[in-house]
Amino acid sequence: MSAGHTHRLHRPGDTPVHRLPPQCKLVAVLAFTLAVVATPRERMWAFAGYAALLALVAAVARVPPGFVARRMVVEVPFVLFAVLLPFVAHGPRVEVLGVAVSQNGLWAGWNILAKATLGAAATILLAATTEPRVLLLGLERLRMPALLTQIAAFMLRYADVIVGEAQRMRVARASRGFVARDARDAKVLARSLSALFLRSYERGERVHLAMLSRGYDGRMPVLRDTAASRAQWAAAAVLPLAAALLMTAAWMAP
Amino acid sequence: MTTSTTPSPETAPSLEVRDLAYAYPDGTQALFGVDLTIGRGERVALLGPNGAGKTTLVLHLNGILAGGLGTVSVGGLRIDPGDRKGLREIRRRVGIVFQDPDDQLFMPTVREDVAFGPANLGVRGAELDRRVTGALERVGMLDVADRPPQHLSFGQRRRVAVATVLAMEPEILVLDEPSSNLDPAGRRELAEILLSLDVTVLMVTHDLPYAAELCPRSVILSGGVIAADAPTLELLADGDLLREHRLELPFGFDPAAAAVRLR
Repeated sequence: MSAGHTHRLHRPGDTPVHRLPPQCKLVAVLAFTLAVVATPRERMWAFAGYAALLALVAAVARVPPGFVARRMVVEVPFVLFAVLLPFVAHGPRVEVLGVAVSQNGLWAGWNILAKATLGAAATILLAATTEPRVLLLGLERLRMPALLTQIAAFMLRYADVIVGEAQRMRVARASRGFVARDARDAKVLARSLSALFLRSYERGERVHLAMLSRGYDGRMPVLRDTAASRAQWAAAAVLPLAAALLMTAAWMAP
Repeated sequence: MTTSTTPSPETAPSLEVRDLAYAYPDGTQALFGVDLTIGRGERVALLGPNGAGKTTLVLHLNGILAGGLGTVSVGGLRIDPGDRKGLREIRRRVGIVFQDPDDQLFMPTVREDVAFGPANLGVRGAELDRRVTGALERVGMLDVADRPPQHLSFGQRRRVAVATVLAMEPEILVLDEPSSNLDPAGRRELAEILLSLDVTVLMVTHDLPYAAELCPRSVILSGGVIAADAPTLELLADGDLLREHRLELPFGFDPAAAAVRLR
């Protein structure tokens, strides 16, 4: 039922990409994305090169193209915006399929579309090959404040519990004949929401009590060593270095 | 000073509560002078109606609540809320299993959750692995070590919750309503596990047959004081006493028959 719905981005496996320490992958994805963003939009071949690089990573990680494609849906709002741009932007017009569109807008739309797609695909590959909680360990190693990673870890753990409570409240409402019809019913839903907030808050207090009872003193004990070797950093650097080369070439090209 | 002067750690009772009184900051007085001594290896049930102060008492046992009158000592070590190191040792010695396992299991996997307590005590490496494996083995949950707690059944989660405190090698195991929400099979399995453990147990419960099965001795906490302290079956046979403290045997349960079965 609820199983897997919080981890549907992750695709378990045991490939070289899966085995890389999370902090290496995080830095690699960030560097790759920066290289992509810094590339001039007119150099289409560079973007094709980036896509080929990602396809290579996906192949090594045994992540099928369909898996990535289905998760690209998050990008839809950007795509809509990018598609609109050629029609609303100013500047000289060009004919595309018999419709006059702004040339500037066309480039701007392509720019957003290409860069967002590559960034999203890289992030999806990262999420597919790294368990969420391991990702948090990586962030912690990259000196992300422990308080933030702890909050995120608790969110992962308790998302299902809170969703379960919300569903029980919905069933309880429905069992007493409540059907949300129009705006006036928002009041009932708002009250349910505040009750859910209170319950979650109280649970937080109880969890904290349980943590104190087992010797918690403000710091989570480090239970897994995710230290990365030089070789692992070097392996993770392949993708961003290749991207950086492409970007440099794109700037140098006449 | 943290150690009380009288008994040595070997002969000291697991738990010694003296004249414990406590009022919440809002003025509600919950405990009015509780006296309770539990010897090493004993299994004692703490019975009492809702609002009797059971939870308040439990939270005093490891120093989460403090500041009232009276003293609590665990294995001869007196709780002093001002002494951080002493408090850490107290929390190692007193393992509390809370009522809702979802409150107790907050780490991403079962293994990490069981390791949380001993790791906070500074245990690392092979010794930590040994503690985690040992604790999970004792509750029969070693095969789910790498699963996230939210994917376990309720009964499994309660057993893992017991393992999380066993890994701290406690002097006394304190269970808050251990049989609540368990189905009959889960209830029996937990009883078998608790009986197999070689550790002092204080079990807070409304489940009188469970108390009869697991704990030779029972105390009734009512109105913030210990109102009765006797062998469980004797206590359960005293209908007037039970009625007086809003306790009731389930339909069809006969303490005399239970006594015969427990022989």
